[in-house]
Amino acid sequence: MKIACLSGKGGAGKTFTAVNLAASAGKCCYVDCDVEEPNGRLFLKPERVESRSVSTLLPEFDAGLCSGCKKCVDFCRFHALVYVKGKPMVFSEVCHSCGGCALVCPEKAVVEKPRPIGILEAGRHGDVRVITGVLNPGEASGITLIKEAVKSARGLSILDCPPGSACPVMESASAADYCLLVAEPTAFGLHNFKMVHELVHLLGKPCGVLINKQDAPYEPLERFCEEQGIPVLARIPFDPEVAECIASGEIAAEKLPRYRELFQGLLEKIGGSL
Amino acid sequence: MKIAIPLDEDRVSVCPVLARAPYFLFWAEGSSSIEENPAAQAQSGAGMQAAQFLVDREVTELITPRCGQNAAEVFKAAGMKIYKSENKSAEDDLAVFREGKLSELEHFHGGFHGIA
Repeated sequence: MKIACLSGKGGAGKTFTAVNLAASAGKCCYVDCDVEEPNGRLFLKPERVESRSVSTLLPEFDAGLCSGCKKCVDFCRFHALVYVKGKPMVFSEVCHSCGGCALVCPEKAVVEKPRPIGILEAGRHGDVRVITGVLNPGEASGITLIKEAVKSARGLSILDCPPGSACPVMESASAADYCLLVAEPTAFGLHNFKMVHELVHLLGKPCGVLINKQDAPYEPLERFCEEQGIPVLARIPFDPEVAECIASGEIAAEKLPRYRELFQGLLEKIGGSL
Repeated sequence: MKIAIPLDEDRVSVCPVLARAPYFLFWAEGSSSIEENPAAQAQSGAGMQAAQFLVDREVTELITPRCGQNAAEVFKAAGMKIYKSENKSAEDDLAVFREGKLSELEHFHGGFHGIA
């Protein structure tokens, strides 16, 4: 079973939630899908880390074989190809590595070559297997890396998703059996929560919400959850002890029994709603 | 020599953007023609589609107020020269160009990707 932790905005508490869920779950897998800035490892401090390179495919064109039919250029819906001086030019940051150009080429002039885009690390934090995707600086897309990270998850897995509601989030959430939405009880938090909720709804995933950093219930958020039938699974107050844990790179569920109970209860609720 | 200039809706003024300009003015051997830009309404990748269009039309000189990095790479590969538009009307740009007074465009932006 895969549980994705999502939030429309950054700083709502995805990593906090994902790390604490993993630390409370016993034997499980924590997968950092936020490959542009993976930070779960700052808390889980994985040991015996092994890493391997992850590549994406980029087409190369043989000018000797190319007949100039431009079928590949017409096929590429991302417009990563332009036909100039006898063969197509490819723009690597626009290419989505779909392989379509190689499929449609009648002359077999296209060869897809691997291009490294980042690394995948796997280590251990007690019973938690910690998988981290790390995208190379300057790379435009981490989708391939996210796919690889999710693929290496086994058993109960907590997916720490990237912020927002765009392609990398969709890729991470598509693999999940359940989506845990982390919401901040503010106007900005609600706005972005609605966007990510819409995405999860489109993907047809069961979901629930954890309201983080709440001093008093934020009425518009409460109303939205009620209208949409989104269960509020947990509420985490502003808590100086939690802030202290985070600031010192520690895990609240391992330091403070009441948080271990809260996250174990949350896991049970999620398990029960499936 | 075949010159291209992005044209605005009025088909007279130079369009401030290249890839999504509604028209292009082509000038070759003393006569000019206007064609619709097939990339104008593209959902994405307008820069590459407009670049392909201009390369297919065998343009040798492009006069434009601005140009993205990817399109510039295409034009460079095609051996096309890019000059900076300095006038409101395309005809004025053409006249100044023929006097040899337009300078080459040296700044290429990183793309607007739906922002501008």
